[in-house]
Amino acid sequence: MENIIELIKQPWHWSIAGILIGLTVPILLILGNKKFGISSSLRHICAAAIPANIPFFQYDWKKQSWNLFFVVGVLLGGWIAVTFLQNPNEIIIAEKTKQALEAYGITDFSRLLPSEIFSWQSLTSLRGWIFMALGGFMVGFGTRWAGGCTSGHAIMGLSSLQIPSLLATICFMIGGFLGTHLLLPLFL
Amino acid sequence: MSNLKYTLVGIFFGIVFVKAEIISWFRIQEMFRLHSFHMYGVIGTAVVVGALSVWLIKRRNATSLEGEKISIPNKEFRYGQIFGGLLFGLGWAITGACPGPLYAQIGSGFSVIVLTLLFAILGTWSYGALREKLPK
Repeated sequence: MENIIELIKQPWHWSIAGILIGLTVPILLILGNKKFGISSSLRHICAAAIPANIPFFQYDWKKQSWNLFFVVGVLLGGWIAVTFLQNPNEIIIAEKTKQALEAYGITDFSRLLPSEIFSWQSLTSLRGWIFMALGGFMVGFGTRWAGGCTSGHAIMGLSSLQIPSLLATICFMIGGFLGTHLLLPLFL
Repeated sequence: MSNLKYTLVGIFFGIVFVKAEIISWFRIQEMFRLHSFHMYGVIGTAVVVGALSVWLIKRRNATSLEGEKISIPNKEFRYGQIFGGLLFGLGWAITGACPGPLYAQIGSGFSVIVLTLLFAILGTWSYGALREKLPK
């Protein structure tokens, strides 16, 4: 049993993660005919908390509250993973990526996010606000405009062979490449 | 409280996110710098497993445990998939997170990501407010 726990504590192979994430699609369909999608939770939060007479937020969000129960679970799962199943070793990052980031002064590779950017202290700099606030705004605006995110379009949409989701996924990737190679050098 | 089962699925999902390091800003950097296969492997495998599952469900005309016939509505082409998709991609590269990982990052102790989540909510809200003025 201890061996199993030790094994689980190691970082999981991409194929294991891929299979488990892929299985979320049929699990949600079979449990309650629910379509896997996470960014909708952001819309439900708006509809529940700050609808402000905006037509886009006038709907019965309670009927889709399963989505909010789901994301609370994702948050709890994150806590369980680091509390009980934490990998004792440093995250192993591709050497080339490490070098590229070191050139920008990012040298703390001990956690899942670089502490130089993602910490309360970094909110004293413009850089911190760009990465956390502006970045978050773009994620929230972009996913809703696109009608879904990596889960709704790239996984659920592609799994059900939807061409609009393929288009969205391609644009996510183009945006990501542009962001990494054009925006990040400006912000870092 | 029948919705609590979705919290359980979410917990399972959040654990996978952390253990496979999908919530790591570094993994997203590797992906967009083409320095690692990891994220491509995760998403690719997930799509194959998801597609096989959907195919089986459709073939067997399956119903959900609640007795509802499982149906997957078709999505329509919209300009938002292009403009919104590009915008989200830019944000993904900066934050290193799509919406799912944001929740898991907060859970795994990065309390400052609450701010990113609040701004993501504000972004969604702003889209809702501007929706009529944007290309659909």
